[in-house]
Amino acid sequence: MNYKMMGRFLAMITLLDAIFMVPSLVIAVVEEDARAMFGFGWTILLTSVASGVVLLLCRKARVRFYAREGMISVGLGWIIMSLIGALPFWISREIPHYLDAFFETVSGFTTTGASILTNVEGLGDSMLYWRSFTHWIGGMGVLVFLLAVVPASGKGSGFTMHLLRAESPGPNVGKLVPRMRQTAMILYILYIILTVLDVIFLLFGGMSALEAVCTAFGTAGTGGFGVKNDSIAGYSPYIQNVCTVFMLLFGVNFSCYYMLILGRFREVFRDEELRFYLGMIVGSIALIALNVRGMFSSWGETLRHVAFQVATIITTTGFATTNFDLWPTFSKTILIILMFCGACAGSTGGGFKCGRVLLLFKSLNRNVQKTLNPQKIKVVRNNGHMISEKVLDNLHIYLIAYVFLLLVSIFIVSLDGQSLTTTTTSVIACFNNIGPGFDAVGPVENYHMFSPLAKLVLIFDMLAGRLEIFPILLLCARSTWKKLI
Amino acid sequence: MKIVIAGAGKVGVMLTKKLLAEGYEITLIDHTQQVLDACADRFDVIGVYGNCASMNTLLEADIKKTDLLIAVAGEDEINLLCCMTAHGINPNIHTIARIRNPEYADQLYQMRDTFALSLIVNPERQAAMEIERLLKYPGFLRRDTFAKGRVEIVELKVMENSVLCDAALSSLSDLIKCKILVCAVRRGSVVYAPDGNFVMEKGDHLYVTAASGELTKLLKNLGVITHKVKRVIICGGGKVGFYLAYRLSKTGTQVELIEQRRERCIELANYLPEVSVVNGDASNQMFLESEGIEQCDALVALTSFDEMNMIISLYAQSYQVEQVITKIDHTDNPTIQDILGLGSLVNPKELCCNQIVRYVRAMGNTSGAALAVHSFAEGQMEALEFRLDDEALHCGEPLRDLTLRKNVLIACITRHGRPVIPDGNASFEKDDTVVIVTRADIVLRQFNDIFA
Repeated sequence: MNYKMMGRFLAMITLLDAIFMVPSLVIAVVEEDARAMFGFGWTILLTSVASGVVLLLCRKARVRFYAREGMISVGLGWIIMSLIGALPFWISREIPHYLDAFFETVSGFTTTGASILTNVEGLGDSMLYWRSFTHWIGGMGVLVFLLAVVPASGKGSGFTMHLLRAESPGPNVGKLVPRMRQTAMILYILYIILTVLDVIFLLFGGMSALEAVCTAFGTAGTGGFGVKNDSIAGYSPYIQNVCTVFMLLFGVNFSCYYMLILGRFREVFRDEELRFYLGMIVGSIALIALNVRGMFSSWGETLRHVAFQVATIITTTGFATTNFDLWPTFSKTILIILMFCGACAGSTGGGFKCGRVLLLFKSLNRNVQKTLNPQKIKVVRNNGHMISEKVLDNLHIYLIAYVFLLLVSIFIVSLDGQSLTTTTTSVIACFNNIGPGFDAVGPVENYHMFSPLAKLVLIFDMLAGRLEIFPILLLCARSTWKKLI
Repeated sequence: MKIVIAGAGKVGVMLTKKLLAEGYEITLIDHTQQVLDACADRFDVIGVYGNCASMNTLLEADIKKTDLLIAVAGEDEINLLCCMTAHGINPNIHTIARIRNPEYADQLYQMRDTFALSLIVNPERQAAMEIERLLKYPGFLRRDTFAKGRVEIVELKVMENSVLCDAALSSLSDLIKCKILVCAVRRGSVVYAPDGNFVMEKGDHLYVTAASGELTKLLKNLGVITHKVKRVIICGGGKVGFYLAYRLSKTGTQVELIEQRRERCIELANYLPEVSVVNGDASNQMFLESEGIEQCDALVALTSFDEMNMIISLYAQSYQVEQVITKIDHTDNPTIQDILGLGSLVNPKELCCNQIVRYVRAMGNTSGAALAVHSFAEGQMEALEFRLDDEALHCGEPLRDLTLRKNVLIACITRHGRPVIPDGNASFEKDDTVVIVTRADIVLRQFNDIFA
């Protein structure tokens, strides 16, 4: 394995991490928050020096970079990035235990939004900003950012595809344009434009600048860290509706937006995954609204809350405007189904992804037909293109790994002795990068009461969920670290 | 500039590699998903699955916004149809098609005009021409010509008993009594840009720039016998073999063409009445002996297997055949070829790629672009030919006052048709043709890029 090249890569990621902390440091300095200044200052200093040393040591790296190195770099990169991102919370003593700080940061970068903080409003502005900013970075992916800003050297241009594939969600990751770097840039430009629009709309609703920016970051990354203890519930209906719309927008595959810009409306309109996603949303809103109609004063209010809750769960954001833990079981079940389903592939959302669910249905349908008529040849098609058997195989393996990890995690977390609902939904919510579950981890509760072991398992789940299992699972495999394959 | 390459075969992949290094945006089309996936993993390109001649596939490859289409799929007809369809969708597109069927060889120019192609490449025919040029001067492993054939860069191997062995470069002009310039030396797989103190060793490959007129003199003074090649054995009656036999027989050379398949032999005998076509297995020692390998001046190994070609060549060398030329299709193992000491190697696919890259560069910028590009020394070095126009900098200044980029060497200046190997007093003038030698990783888009 090419350790020097990996070292270089990881050092670049940590350096980027330090650069991302600069705005938080500036906020801390402006607000004369000594503890935060201390936390960010030391972290930035230590990280830059360490990355500099590693970069220097690894400067003569061979450029050869294969799938193996790519996958491992992505997995390790995310862990190291979170370890460093947790330092400001810990050094400033805002979060006294390092594991808690790590949990909070992983939850940020993986856009989960599960928090161990009982009083969010007690944090300083710079800390709140950093917490939300991790969502924004994690949403589109830090490596995609790296690909967009770091010029790919002519010799090693091949390795970039492995990285994009490892970090971008979806069963069939492709490029928008031939050049990797331009693809990454287009993605980030779209991301920035949508985020800025969101900020503007929120500012119109009377939010303060910091609140608007933090909420927009949480929405854009489909993360869910709020700046208030009651999430979005305390804000005006207008702001809640803005959030609903933008959450749903960020849950759409970004290549759809690119095609809209290119004027290929028909393709976007005919996109099967988008139709499935919208269908799920409309159907769920209708069913839940009928089910909970008595709990709110008017139909308007019902629709607003239901739409918000459906959007926040299907896009795996995790904001809340009402305590949906109190809803009837039928509605809660729909929400749990939405938790698994997740947003579109190629969006910032998590979960199993609509695209995958759709392909699974098609694959199932095919095999049913094959069982009835063994001679029948049928291919699985998506948007008029044949899906290769390799992709389908990977999809089935992904499902197996997904279910298996989910069960093992629930098994370990159950040692904590929480209720069955708490145990299962906490794992489901972390694995699908949502944040709130039901019962003791419901929308108005949080994760502080879990034992360190359970927290570690949930951290693993969040990372595995965000990176689509394999980059993280690989790190645990013995064959990964063997010299010969 | 956006380029679509249709066909991800050997040429397609080699082109992708070369053009990517020059910074173009590349879309690959192929009808095998596996091949496409492998390419997308190795290179920074986008892959489109489908038949490259179908309009839908081309539209998916964004042909409307593409500047150049290179059709190098398996079949000639598909390539043609692909270019025509693309032209129908986007009239401004440049198209390059690979046409390799010998039956079309005589109508290439008409086809180019009829189907509005920008360029037709025929790797096998090009390889045959290259081999023919090599046969003219036995002793050179390779020849690249510049300035309308007036200047050449030739590859020489230093033999054990040669006067060059253990001589310093500074004594070179005394030894061979003609004006040449050694622009690169390859020892093993390491390429040196030598200065006067460089001492040549046995087994070194020298890359020498010389005026074409000096070549005979150079060979004579080096002690290499240079009588005309009169009798050639060609092993393998494929496309290259056919073209080569045809061209050689036109110049009055006695050609013997060995081919294994009987039907193909009859075909060849019909097309090439002056050539003696023999049906037999060229890898068979006894057979080659009976065909008179000892009496031939040159042997060209052109079967479709690289390994077979290498063995035939080694065998020919053991019979002291003066010139042995080997066709190689895979470029992945240059080390083996070097250990075996095979002599001249010809790679049709690489020749074809170089021609296309030359066209792309010329297309990229019309002013000051290189007229010719040749890569040599296992692709580590490049020689480029420029014609100086009004925009050329530093005209009239002596070369010793100019600062050039690192690893850039001015190999030759041709003025009014007279090639000169420049020294510090020479200078550039408008309308000169200049040959520049550089390391292959330095991309010179225009002449002025050579200045630091």
